[in-house]
Amino acid sequence: MSEPAVAPSATEIPREPVDWLPLALPAIVAVVALPLVGDPWTWLTLTIAGLAMGMIIFTVSSGLMLVFGLMDVLNFGHGAFIALGAYVGLSVLVPLTPWVEATSVLLNLAVFALALCAGVAVTGLVGFVFDRLLIQPVYGNHLKQILMTTGGLIIIEQLIRAIWGAETVSFNLPATLRGSWLLGESAVERYRVVALGIGCAVFAGLWLILTKTRIGLMVRAGVENREMLEAMGYRTRHLFVGVFVVGAMLAGLGGVMWGLYLQNFTAAIGAQINVLIFIVIIIGGLGSTTGCLIGALLVGLTTNYVGFAAPKIALFSNILIMLLVLLWRPQGLYKVVDR
Amino acid sequence: MADSEAPLLKLDKVETKIGPYHILHGVDLVVPKGGATMLLGRNGAGKTTTARTIMALWKACAGEIHFEGQNITKEEAPTIARLGIGYVPETMGIFSDLTVAENLRLAAISGRIDPERLDMVFAAFPAMKRFWLGRAGTLSGGQKQMLSIARAIIEPRRLLVIDEPTKGLAPAIIANMIGIFRDLKATGVTILMIEQNFALARAIGDTVAVMEDGRIIHRGMMAELADDEALQRRLLGLSMSAHQ
Repeated sequence: MSEPAVAPSATEIPREPVDWLPLALPAIVAVVALPLVGDPWTWLTLTIAGLAMGMIIFTVSSGLMLVFGLMDVLNFGHGAFIALGAYVGLSVLVPLTPWVEATSVLLNLAVFALALCAGVAVTGLVGFVFDRLLIQPVYGNHLKQILMTTGGLIIIEQLIRAIWGAETVSFNLPATLRGSWLLGESAVERYRVVALGIGCAVFAGLWLILTKTRIGLMVRAGVENREMLEAMGYRTRHLFVGVFVVGAMLAGLGGVMWGLYLQNFTAAIGAQINVLIFIVIIIGGLGSTTGCLIGALLVGLTTNYVGFAAPKIALFSNILIMLLVLLWRPQGLYKVVDR
Repeated sequence: MADSEAPLLKLDKVETKIGPYHILHGVDLVVPKGGATMLLGRNGAGKTTTARTIMALWKACAGEIHFEGQNITKEEAPTIARLGIGYVPETMGIFSDLTVAENLRLAAISGRIDPERLDMVFAAFPAMKRFWLGRAGTLSGGQKQMLSIARAIIEPRRLLVIDEPTKGLAPAIIANMIGIFRDLKATGVTILMIEQNFALARAIGDTVAVMEDGRIIHRGMMAELADDEALQRRLLGLSMSAHQ
C-alpha cells in the first residue's frame, strides 16, 4: 500500500527509539566466548558453525513463532512437520542420487531446491489438514491444544515410521555443498554458509511480509483483536488457516535443512528439537520475528561454544540462556503480544 | 429527518443471549437516515449488547435487523462492516502493536487512504498527525479514543455505531468531541451513539431511544427529552441538568 500523499513529513513525527541492545547480544556472546575458546581460528570456525546452526533453528522456529507467538496456538505438533520435511527431502534426494553426486553445480543445486520445495509443499498440505482436524476444533483452549497437537505429533511420527521405517536413515549432501572453504586456519563448511543464506532470506521475507504488507498488518492486528478486525470488514478465518499453513511450510523447509545438517536421523528428529524451538520463541518474545532470530542465534552460538569449551554443561546451556534472558526481560527480548 | 422516510437501520424484536444470559428481550429500534440517534439507559440496560448485535459480534437469536431495507440478521461481521457501517467499540479496539498510520491503513478497506479524507481526520484529530508513526499502544486514553473514531471515519460510511466515545475522557476533550461529531453529522453520515454523558447527548442527538432491561422503553426527539426533566427522571433516574 502506498503512503498517502498528504502523510506528514518524517521530520515532524517523533519516532520510537529502536531497542538495539538485544540485537547486540549475539555479538556480545561471541566476544565473551573468544577468551574461553582460546585459539581465534577455532573461535571463528565455531562462530560460523553457531551462526549457521542458529539460522537453521530460526527457520524451523519461525513457523512456530507465527503459530504460537502470533496465533496463540500451542502447537506441540510442530516437530512433526520438521520430521516430515526431513523425510520428504530424503525421498527426493535418495532417488535422485545421480543428481546429488553429479559434478554439475546446476544439477546439485536443482536437486537441493527440489528437496526444499517438496518438503515445503507436503508439509503445507499436511498442515492444512492438521489445522482443520486438530486445531480449529480447539481454538482458544490451550490445554486441549496441547493434547490434540501432541496426539498429532505421535500420529505423524508413527506414520513416518510406517512409511520410511523406524531405523536411522542417512543421506548425502549434494556434491557442491560438501566440504569446506578455508579461511586462514579456519574451515568453513559450505552447507553452513548456504544455510546461513537461506535463514537470512526467510528472516527478510517474514519481516517484510509482517511489517510492510497489508496481509502482515492483518495478521498482527488479528492476533491482538480478531473481533475488531472482523468488525472492520476482514474475514479472519481464512487468514489464520493461511498463517498455520505457512508455519507448517516453514517447519518443512527447516526440516529438510535440519535433516541435511544432521545427515543421520530417525522419525524423532522433530520431537527432539521441539523443546529447543520453544526455548527460542520464549527467549525472543512471543510473536517477534527479530526476537526469534536473536534467540536462535544465541542458542546456536552457545551450543557450539559450550560444546567445545565445556561439553559437560552443553545440554544445560540453552536453558541457562533462557533463564538469563527472562531474568533480564521477563517477556522475552521483544514483546509483541500480551498473553 | 422525515418520519415517513424509510429508516437506515431497523431492529425488530431483536433478542440476544450471551451464554446462559438473556440480555436483549425484543429490542425495537429505528435509526432514521441522517442525523444522530442517541441510545441512552442505565448501566446494564443492554446498550452495548445492542451495538454488538447490530455488528454481528453477538448473534441475534430472535428478531430481525434491516439495514437500508436489507435483512442483515444472519450476516457475519465483515459483511456488515462492508455495507458501510463503521464501529467504535466501548473498548476502543485499537491495535496497540501497530502504528497510528498502520491502524488507519487497515481501516481503509478499499486499500488506500483518500488524501482528502486523511486531511479531514488530521483537522479533527491533530494528534493523529503528530503520532503518525508512533505505536498506538503508547497513546494516551483520549488519543486512543480519537484513533478509534478516526479509523471509523477514514472512509465514508453510511452509519457509524459509536459506543461511549467519551468514557473516561477529560471535560476539555469531551467539549472538543462535541464539535467533531457535529462536523461529522454535517457530512451527512448517520450516527447511532451510546452515551452516558447527557450534555454531549443533548448537544448532538436528534432522536433518542432509552433502554432498560434489554428493551427500548422510550423513543422520541432528543430535544423533547432534554426539555422534560420529569421524563428524564422517570426514564434515566436523574435529570440532565445534573450533568451540565
